[in-house]
Amino acid sequence: MSIPEMVGAGLIVIGAGIGLGLIGKGAMEGIARQPEAGNKIQTAMIIIAALLEGIAFAALFAV
Amino acid sequence: MRQKHILSILMAGLFTLMTAISFGQEHASGAVNTKEGVDEMIDHHLDDSHYFDFFADGEEGKHYGFALPIILIDNGLHVFSAAEFDHGNQVVERAGQHYALYQSKIYKTDAEGTLHFDEDGFPTNAKPWDFSITKNVFVIFLVALLMLLVFGGMAKTYKKQPLPRKFGRFLEPVIVFVRDDIAREMIGPKYKKYMSFLLTVFFFILFLNLLGMLPFGVNVTGNITITFALALVTFFIVQFSGNKDYWKHVFWFPDVHPIVKIILIPIEILGLFTKPFALMIRLFANMTAGHVIIMSLLGLIVIFQNWIAGPAFFGFSLFMMLIEILVAFLQAYIFTLLSALYISSAVEEHHPGSEEEEIPIV
Repeated sequence: MSIPEMVGAGLIVIGAGIGLGLIGKGAMEGIARQPEAGNKIQTAMIIIAALLEGIAFAALFAV
Repeated sequence: MRQKHILSILMAGLFTLMTAISFGQEHASGAVNTKEGVDEMIDHHLDDSHYFDFFADGEEGKHYGFALPIILIDNGLHVFSAAEFDHGNQVVERAGQHYALYQSKIYKTDAEGTLHFDEDGFPTNAKPWDFSITKNVFVIFLVALLMLLVFGGMAKTYKKQPLPRKFGRFLEPVIVFVRDDIAREMIGPKYKKYMSFLLTVFFFILFLNLLGMLPFGVNVTGNITITFALALVTFFIVQFSGNKDYWKHVFWFPDVHPIVKIILIPIEILGLFTKPFALMIRLFANMTAGHVIIMSLLGLIVIFQNWIAGPAFFGFSLFMMLIEILVAFLQAYIFTLLSALYISSAVEEHHPGSEEEEIPIV
């Protein structure tokens, strides 16, 4: 693994981490405001997190 | 209750210890206590193999397990046992052609088994068509048989009584969960047609993921060809169940300017392929990453070889094992959920008249 590749992998992980954090933050706030919608929010959160994860992994493989 | 918890933790610890032992002994050639040794060990674990080894003695070069059948198509069909290769030490001759086993792959060679390497260290020898029952194929057959027995038996008990017995009591809520929370919620009223696929794919991935956590380490869902095949099935099901609205969205996006419609065509066609592609990569990468982390943590124990690092990394790998059990369920759930989501996008009905109310998304 060369240095640019390592930096690229690090950037991907930073980006994915920020993205997952924002998804989690949004879901937490949503559930806190409307606990009765918790199940629906959780499903949507998992779907979006999975999509983000897919992109992050695809990028990691490209590196 | 408290005693039960302690017992579970002890069991999990024992399990990790068994994995650590099988890790240390799976390796066949020389010491593992260097960085290169651990690297090779992890590669070996992630690779498919022609042998089902429970453990091996590295110093004596002995393997405890059984050889699997090899099926080659190369000027006719050749079927023989992998034991003839003796873990790559022997060259096998069939119909005047010599075959050698190198890093779990079969190459055509001369009588001495000479391999020619390119600059990256890969052999340039020609390969025969290899349809062997490898370790991964063997485990897939095993899981198929297991599922047939478990669910076949469960289906039979429903004919006699409303409640399943034994292991079925555990599986029934999971099946109901797949039906209510995945299929019905995502696909809607047409969910029944797709239940068989969704249930099969859910339990297939779940069983393979959980079997991958066993000490013998069969990393089947961490093999990209298997996740490719699973994603391909989803792809075909989505395309063949696509209705008029679905194809209209692909080739002639409604409610936008004609120039935008033309720009959207290649993007939408690309989107047909990226969805199953993402499914394939996600499952493969998640399982591979989990296995690599556990193996690396266990590898650190043999690199440090002292009384402080040993228990510490053992604890870490125990923790990762527990996380991986969660991931095994989560990945099966996500694969099924996204498959259901893609199917729902293909079968969804757009009611005429409501189109004007929809805000066009450009």
